[in-house]
Amino acid sequence: MTNLDWRAATRHRLFWPVAVLVALLLINVPFTPGFFAIHVRAGHLYGSLVNILIFSAPIVLVALGMTLVIATGGIDLSVGAVLAIAGAASCLYISKETDQNSLSGVLIAVAIGLGAGLVCGAWNGWLVAGRGVQPIVATLILMVAGRGVAQLITSGQIITINSNTPFGVIGGYWLGFPFSVLLIAVMVTLAVVLTRRTALGLLIESVGGNAEASRLVGIRARRIKLMAYIFCGLCAALAGLINSSNLSAADSNNAGLWIELDAILAVVIGGTSLLGGRFYLGGTVIGALIIETLQNTIFTIGVPTQTNLVFKAVMVIFVFLLQSPAFRAKVFRRRARPSAPAVADAAPPATLTTSEVGR
Amino acid sequence: MLNRRHFLTGTAAVAATGALAACAKTNNTTSASSTGGAAKTLTLGFSQVGSESGWRAANTQSVKDAAAAAGINLKFSDAEQKQENQIAAIRSYIQQKVDVISFSPVVVTGWDTVLQEAKAAKIPVILTDRSVDVSDPSLYVTLIGSDFEAEGERAAHLMEHVLQGHTGPVNLAQLEGTTGSAPAIDRTKGFAKVMAASDPTWKIVVTQTGNFTRDGGKQVMAAFLQSHPEINALFAQNDDMALGAIQAIEAAGKKPGVDIKIVSCDGVHDGFVAMTQGKINAIAECNPLLGPQLMDAAKQVAAGKTDLPKWIKTKESDFTQDQAAAALPTRKY
Repeated sequence: MTNLDWRAATRHRLFWPVAVLVALLLINVPFTPGFFAIHVRAGHLYGSLVNILIFSAPIVLVALGMTLVIATGGIDLSVGAVLAIAGAASCLYISKETDQNSLSGVLIAVAIGLGAGLVCGAWNGWLVAGRGVQPIVATLILMVAGRGVAQLITSGQIITINSNTPFGVIGGYWLGFPFSVLLIAVMVTLAVVLTRRTALGLLIESVGGNAEASRLVGIRARRIKLMAYIFCGLCAALAGLINSSNLSAADSNNAGLWIELDAILAVVIGGTSLLGGRFYLGGTVIGALIIETLQNTIFTIGVPTQTNLVFKAVMVIFVFLLQSPAFRAKVFRRRARPSAPAVADAAPPATLTTSEVGR
Repeated sequence: MLNRRHFLTGTAAVAATGALAACAKTNNTTSASSTGGAAKTLTLGFSQVGSESGWRAANTQSVKDAAAAAGINLKFSDAEQKQENQIAAIRSYIQQKVDVISFSPVVVTGWDTVLQEAKAAKIPVILTDRSVDVSDPSLYVTLIGSDFEAEGERAAHLMEHVLQGHTGPVNLAQLEGTTGSAPAIDRTKGFAKVMAASDPTWKIVVTQTGNFTRDGGKQVMAAFLQSHPEINALFAQNDDMALGAIQAIEAAGKKPGVDIKIVSCDGVHDGFVAMTQGKINAIAECNPLLGPQLMDAAKQVAAGKTDLPKWIKTKESDFTQDQAAAALPTRKY
């Protein structure tokens, strides 16, 4: 690769997130024998990468919905609670079934879970778009009350269901392939096609940039916002189904606890601005994978438990610094200073910096 | 974009939700009306940590049932994992002039002020389940709770029992509870103490927190099985993490309880079910049913008895697979 190609590649939005993800994966190699190997074991795919993909499914989905909400200039703090409600409602229905293997029963349970997500999303959307409540306040209501609702559904207990049922497939394996990964692929593709192959993405960005101006030019800003929250609720509910299916249990106290923060982190790592008006679905997916890989790395390299969070925080700060054009320009220019041509090379990125920071 | 009216609507909604939640969480269980009228009914104010697990639910139920059985008027409140709620509850009990105050502290520190107030009002305080760190130990009468370090030691002895006849090295994995919580710290300590004195070829090769949840146990164990394929024994500091780990072990194509011996703590219903299926080898019980012991202590304290032991330990047992089927129907949590 020539110097110029390389520079063009590093300027791509996804370059730094992908570089961090690859670096994190490589860190694992000396600690885990055959880290990149994928075998077939117990009749399904097995390996570190498979684990990471399976366990990242809930975060990817929640972050996907969160991206669109943040793009409209909002935020959804209730996703963890919605995840818990959906898991609890589905598992409660299944546990009451006499035959947990019946496909129709499982489909009804899935419908109940997704329906709960729809209702929660519509409630948030109504408060924000319909009543004009500030998003952080509006979704805080459901964040607090929603977990209470989930606990009410399960009576504060953990509901355990049979694992070898059709419901177990959602978070488990289908023909030996992790089904949740297929689900993510479908949802991400759906979101990308809907927002980037139609005008919808542009409308969302427009509403996030300036809702009032968008309304004045004829965009139904309220409806766009409402749809974003409903989509987010649906994603969270699907994540709840995956989570409870994967564990064959609904734990309303702990399911999706603080996942809203991980999701927001994934969105930000992916390059989406918290101010709204701009979003990158690909970046979000990479961001979510980074978070799960980081978690896995903490487990495998033997970070002492007391320093887990500090390690995570340091890594996140590092990722953000790498992504900041201003920081990169400063560090890399200083490094390059001894050779004269490199200084000249570094000048254009510096001008780029201001425009990127300002957006 | 945001006008004042809408902001007020939002605030009002949040406040209303909070108020509703508060209403739902505080209820007075007036369990038994005094029958003879001769002796004054004892009133006990109890502040629970929260309702985070099945274990805690059983703990709450035990306190309520025991109060009803002992004819004690119980004022119960749930602190929802927040110290400020608990302090507010204790203050309200002081104002209501209850006879005895009891609570399971959310955290270890920060209790001096409110306990001084209780002492000034001459209301004795009994701690349950968890201890506190106060400057003056006379601020509470006694602690009724489990000895977590002993639980760790018992789990280690159970592991020795399970591994009897095992030849070759033992590579142990440990799933710790929530970092910084008393059970996690003390169970780790107790387990390590006994293991250090045990067979020198037995090593704890890897240890990590699984946050006392199934999800945590599953994710951590899945990663352990990749990085340390040599693991052949697991100590999970509660049943839920063991249940999650069992799923990860099965996904790796190994047999839990056979290829990897598993010992855990607590003894919840699902843990016993796994033990009857041969997936958990042994459980060191951590008993939440301390209601009767609490009511006994409350009565003694109210009657003016001051020489109670500083720590009344809950009655607990060890269970192995051969006892699992017989014990399962009697498990209350």
